[in-house]
Amino acid sequence: MAKKKTIRTIPQERTPMREQDPKERARNFAEVACGYRLEDAMREAERCLMCPEEPCIKGCPVNINIPAFIKKITEKNYRGAYDTITDANLLPAICGRVCPQENQCEGRCTVGDTLEPVAIGRLERFIGDMAIAEGWENVPYVEPNRFRVGIVGSGPSGMACAADMAKAGCDVTVYEAFQEAGGVLKYGIPDFRLPNGVIDAEIAKLVKLGIKFKCNTLVGRLFTVEQMVTEMGYDAVFIGVGAGYPSFMGIPGESLNGVLSANELLTRCNLMHARDFPNYDTPIDLGRRVAVIGAGNTAMDALRVSLRMGAEEVHCIYRRSKAEAPARAEEIHHAGEEGVQFHWLTTPVALLDNGKNGVKGMRCQRMELGEPDDSGRRRPVPVPGSEYEFDCDTVVYAIGTNANPIIGQTSKLKLNKWGYIDADENLATSIQGVYAGGDIVTGAATVIQAMGAGRKAASAMKAYLGLRDSEAVYQAESTGSDGKLFGIELSERNHARLRLG
Amino acid sequence: MSEPSTALPESFEIVTRQDFSDVTYLLEFRHPMMAKAAQPGQFVIVMSHAHGERIPLTIADFDRAKGTVTLVIQAVGKTTREMQQTCKVGARLHAVVGPMGIPSHVGKAKKVLCVGGGLGVAPVFPQARAHKENGAKVIGVLGFRTKDLIFWDDKFAKVCDELIVCTDDGSAGLKGLVTLGIDKAFEKHPDIDEVVAIGPPVMMKGCVEATRPRKVKTMVSLNPVMVDGTGMCGGCRVKVGDKVLFACVDGPDFDGHLVDFDDLSHRLKRYATTEKEALEHWNESCRIRGHADLAVK
Repeated sequence: MAKKKTIRTIPQERTPMREQDPKERARNFAEVACGYRLEDAMREAERCLMCPEEPCIKGCPVNINIPAFIKKITEKNYRGAYDTITDANLLPAICGRVCPQENQCEGRCTVGDTLEPVAIGRLERFIGDMAIAEGWENVPYVEPNRFRVGIVGSGPSGMACAADMAKAGCDVTVYEAFQEAGGVLKYGIPDFRLPNGVIDAEIAKLVKLGIKFKCNTLVGRLFTVEQMVTEMGYDAVFIGVGAGYPSFMGIPGESLNGVLSANELLTRCNLMHARDFPNYDTPIDLGRRVAVIGAGNTAMDALRVSLRMGAEEVHCIYRRSKAEAPARAEEIHHAGEEGVQFHWLTTPVALLDNGKNGVKGMRCQRMELGEPDDSGRRRPVPVPGSEYEFDCDTVVYAIGTNANPIIGQTSKLKLNKWGYIDADENLATSIQGVYAGGDIVTGAATVIQAMGAGRKAASAMKAYLGLRDSEAVYQAESTGSDGKLFGIELSERNHARLRLG
Repeated sequence: MSEPSTALPESFEIVTRQDFSDVTYLLEFRHPMMAKAAQPGQFVIVMSHAHGERIPLTIADFDRAKGTVTLVIQAVGKTTREMQQTCKVGARLHAVVGPMGIPSHVGKAKKVLCVGGGLGVAPVFPQARAHKENGAKVIGVLGFRTKDLIFWDDKFAKVCDELIVCTDDGSAGLKGLVTLGIDKAFEKHPDIDEVVAIGPPVMMKGCVEATRPRKVKTMVSLNPVMVDGTGMCGGCRVKVGDKVLFACVDGPDFDGHLVDFDDLSHRLKRYATTEKEALEHWNESCRIRGHADLAVK
């Protein structure tokens, strides 16, 4: 076999991914990162040491067998790599793009102790994109059972849960309030980070698994969660409705026209195509100087969408420093390259009226970092006498979201004091057969964390329904000649099942 | 056990179309599940075609037996004018989601004054009927600009113990605004214990100022600009007392005496420029298609 790789023999530099030129891309909605070519992927895959500890797997919220899929890339068995990934995650083209890998798999990578870690996310995306291009599907033979499962919300947690339940043989229906499925992937994440075509391709695979998507359905109001488990005959229900209720600061001037939430900006531009107004009917009223408050990933999306919508100047206002910004470093870097101006250690104290109910600017205050707070980050404290006025005509709030209230208003589900659904360690709620996961349980988090929650809930739902873990159902069908299922030793799978049980 | 897939239509067929005037029209569409779930005071969001915008419309009526929901729409902007042309019987709406919002509270009120102004006459109807069914004495006040715009007075006559119609120009009923009707109603019935007022912001503002000195609870239904209707965009935030609330999930009904109507009026003009642009663009494309006569100048 191949010679043993060591940290000295692997390619030292991480393989770069081609990107659109910043000046050019700041004016279009095409994808920023162009993805690996075959030779890029081959070279990067060689950088994996195949270390026995496999820390990357533990770093992955859905526990993809990362070394196994990378090994298959080195063996030019791309389809095999796809099978390995989709065994844990049906949406590699999405996760490869939007996961914060630096804090997950890549953050634990052994190579990363010495050099830059293996670009696991880029490799995952490479395989995901190849699968879409080649039309690969990983639709296992599924023995249908008699159970019906209802999923509330078609975002990442709902999709992940739906996939696992469908693979276990359940009849799965996913309900979505918007006119299109995808949740935050569709309305929130812009095309230049995650093209809608990629989402639709991944959803099409879920449909092939037998999952039914029902859009235009506001669960809670059209029918309640209780009705789902009683009169509608669902044996188990998963709630993954997210935490989309946007926060504002409560400072003067917030009701001026020209002040909006990042959710509104992004939904109008992404889902409703306001960027193609008036060919699409939804308008957006972005001005010339846009200020976005906050420095999370949503703020970066809002900033970069504003640039692409034609704003002349786009400013990021954040009360802490760059080091504390919650956005991925890559997003901040991209935003900066495209021309976003950052105002660290700055907070608005009032939004100023232009006399026509619009915004003419904001009064800001400088901050400095004090003692660490509960989050472990240094608390920003105002610098006395540092107030100044800053011109802008649009203000976008991207300072976080609260729990969506609809499920709480319409069901007897137990909520915690912040309005999030109270769920136990198995993500079971206070109503028998009803599970919940993602942002509506934890508060705002990432796409892959929501997917992890969806899978965790699915595992508990299978146990609740008395189903063996899904893999067992199609084990006989898929057992290959090498005694491996999707590239994983069957003995290993048994171990995994015991652990889950 | 009901199978949801049969009850939930993929598109939403229009079964009745009625024109009340040049600008006001009624659409009744089939959606048995929504008809079953709908309560007075709730609204829907409609998207008439795949490139359309999502517009909130308060439910004007629902028929659980027929499985239909009724909307009354005023052709004011691009979308509503386009719908006026395209939404014929048999046509299908691209998307309808709802019922949304917290249903109106139909409580212990014994004598209720239901006030509708213009298009607001339609959404106040289910509330009038619910109060009537709840055993209350219901007095209706309907206000229109002129006689030709009057609609549903017959429908209200059936659920109201008394009905007062007002027109701005005096061409029918009382000459004057709905506030005149409110004064008349209170003169005769000083024991009115709840008022429901729905209409344009300026009309609702007039109503709450008329009832404020009388200290009678007055509920209003707000219809600000919104996108999703599920509490996600925050575009529909309204000032109510010292709070900022979202009309879509915290309302749409609020205590009128606490609502900041000036703020609401300003925020309704958020997209005035782009709305005008959309209308002009549409009129132009109508002209190009040779339908200039249909486009409103």
